Amino acid sequence: MDYFAQQAINAVQLGSIYALIALGYSMVYGVLVMINFAHGDVFMVSAFFCFLLLLVAPVPFVAALLIVMLATALLGVCIERLAYRPLRNAPRVSAIITALGCGLVIQNTTLSLSPYSQRMPEIFKSVTWHLAGISISSLQLLIIGVSVGLMVALDFFIRKTRYGMAMRAIAQDRFSVPLMGVPVNTIISVTFAIGAALGGAAGVLYGLAYPVIGASMGILVGWKAFVAAVIGGIGNVRGAVLGGYLLGAVEVLIVTVMPSTYRDLVVYSLLLVILVFKPYGLLGRPAVQKV
Amino acid sequence: MTRSIRLFSAALSVVFLAACGGPKSDAVKIGMNLELTGDIPAVGASSKNAAELFFEQINKEGGVALEGGPKKVELVVRDNGAKADQAASVAQQLISSQGVVAMIGPNSSACAIPAGEIAESLKCVMMSPWSTNPRTTTDTTSGAPKRYVFRGCFTDPFEALVLAKFALNNLGAKRAAVLYDVASEAPVAQSALFKETFTANGGEIVAFETFTTGDKDFSAQLTNIREANPDIIFLPTYYNDVPLIAQQARRLGINVPFIGSDAWSSPEIIKLGGADVDGSYFCNHFSTQIATDEAKKFVTDYTAKYGQAPDDVAALTYDACGLMTEAIEKAGKNDREALREALSQIREYKGVTGTFRFEPGSGDPIKSAVVLQIKDGAFQWVTNAQP
Repeated sequence: MDYFAQQAINAVQLGSIYALIALGYSMVYGVLVMINFAHGDVFMVSAFFCFLLLLVAPVPFVAALLIVMLATALLGVCIERLAYRPLRNAPRVSAIITALGCGLVIQNTTLSLSPYSQRMPEIFKSVTWHLAGISISSLQLLIIGVSVGLMVALDFFIRKTRYGMAMRAIAQDRFSVPLMGVPVNTIISVTFAIGAALGGAAGVLYGLAYPVIGASMGILVGWKAFVAAVIGGIGNVRGAVLGGYLLGAVEVLIVTVMPSTYRDLVVYSLLLVILVFKPYGLLGRPAVQKV
Repeated sequence: MTRSIRLFSAALSVVFLAACGGPKSDAVKIGMNLELTGDIPAVGASSKNAAELFFEQINKEGGVALEGGPKKVELVVRDNGAKADQAASVAQQLISSQGVVAMIGPNSSACAIPAGEIAESLKCVMMSPWSTNPRTTTDTTSGAPKRYVFRGCFTDPFEALVLAKFALNNLGAKRAAVLYDVASEAPVAQSALFKETFTANGGEIVAFETFTTGDKDFSAQLTNIREANPDIIFLPTYYNDVPLIAQQARRLGINVPFIGSDAWSSPEIIKLGGADVDGSYFCNHFSTQIATDEAKKFVTDYTAKYGQAPDDVAALTYDACGLMTEAIEKAGKNDREALREALSQIREYKGVTGTFRFEPGSGDPIKSAVVLQIKDGAFQWVTNAQP
């Protein structure tokens, strides 16, 4: 029993991080109907931001998290302004290629500055409790707590604030919303900022949990989070969270009962099966065709 | 044939001749196919440093002695990104268009195996300093040794035996767990060989877990391992994964020692792993505490030039360069076939990593290994293992 409880804790920790990153994919897709493939690399850069920050000044955890989220948000806005906005009315495939290119630029810039993996300094003194055969650390609780907190805050933001309402409106109809006087560019920038900041928070938490950081760490995690967003229904914020936790649980479950070789096979097969029966993901809804 | 066509073909042949002839470099070119970027950049950097150190010394003395006077050696260094496909294309490029007489590297088995196939098919000598996988030097279809591929290190079966015996006899471990990367050549071979030798010598494998290159979360596998209650955990994994595995294991409350393969040998592991890897053991090719005169001189020179002690990749590359130079001088000319012939004739070579003995027809040296422990932020020599 304690064995399964331990695996459940492992799953929730992994799922929290996937969910946080998946939110970035989903939000951008919601407003722009485009997949921001650079998001995984933004996540990676945020871990390096945190590393650099701690190298310069040993700040407490909360300050580090906020500064890195702010820096990543700025990066997200810059990417949108420089790379995506000029192509907003171009064919959608151009935007996807640009996103992939952006990701590669970020990754290779990091690689050229830091070809070696780095060890993240400890900003959070983790204590591990061993209770009845289960090990749980204060770091795990922190990761889960911060992630859930951010997700709840985001949900509140989208549902209750004017910016959130505007975001939902643009997601509904990007072309007539400006006619109502909604500043579309500002809203899109805000969306990118929030999406990137959540990826930034995930980067900091990930760097604490898995303290060896390298330039290629964003690829695999980014892909997994993207899959999570699709499973949950891309464009749907609650779906992204559901997808993230589902993916974390499935991954851990498979390694628990099968050789880990099967993990990615089952994860991607699951994606295919879900998409066959629910082409818009678990919580997604088909786009309304306007005539 | 009209006049214009004749003129055109004449012009074309001039262009072709110019392209073929070119200004021929007088130096002996040796290609380096290295992991300068990617997952294990420390390996490529060490290899490059050692080769540059070696040939700088040779060139200072006038170069390699060939019939018709000594010639300088020129290194052509290329990055393979620690990726198998890139290693193969670098090998192709070095041999076909750079015209190297021989190639040193790649170091990781995942890269050395495909590059070895290319070298064999293009009939150019390749020497991998660090690849321990048996498939690097053997033909996969016939099982016979490759004619053009050599290596500077012992092979996986020997290493597995050394580690299994060390765990059983020196550490008194009866139950072992294994966690390895299922997508990488060397770990797959080493884990299987360790399982075989450990059980054959009276031990028991209680958990045999896998992960895939790029994974950072090992908590599910480690929870399985904790359930199995082993005396020791074998991690045949490259130096960049070990710190994460060690840290997550300690967090789960697993306190048994780790043992590892020569893929741990970069000092980066200490920097990345900190206290979590302290007390672990691994099998290696070289220790800076080895006291032969050649080794001492090499350690002093390398440290003076680069400000850090050489790791095993550096030492093995240095020896690979030494072997290559001896073969080129024996051959007496800048020629691939003559070099291969001369290299295959060498039966014994005294290098900084110990004495190399080659059986006729084999590119695998027979040489001793060392077991090191990571202790107080340094690699400490524990014991020697003879073949």
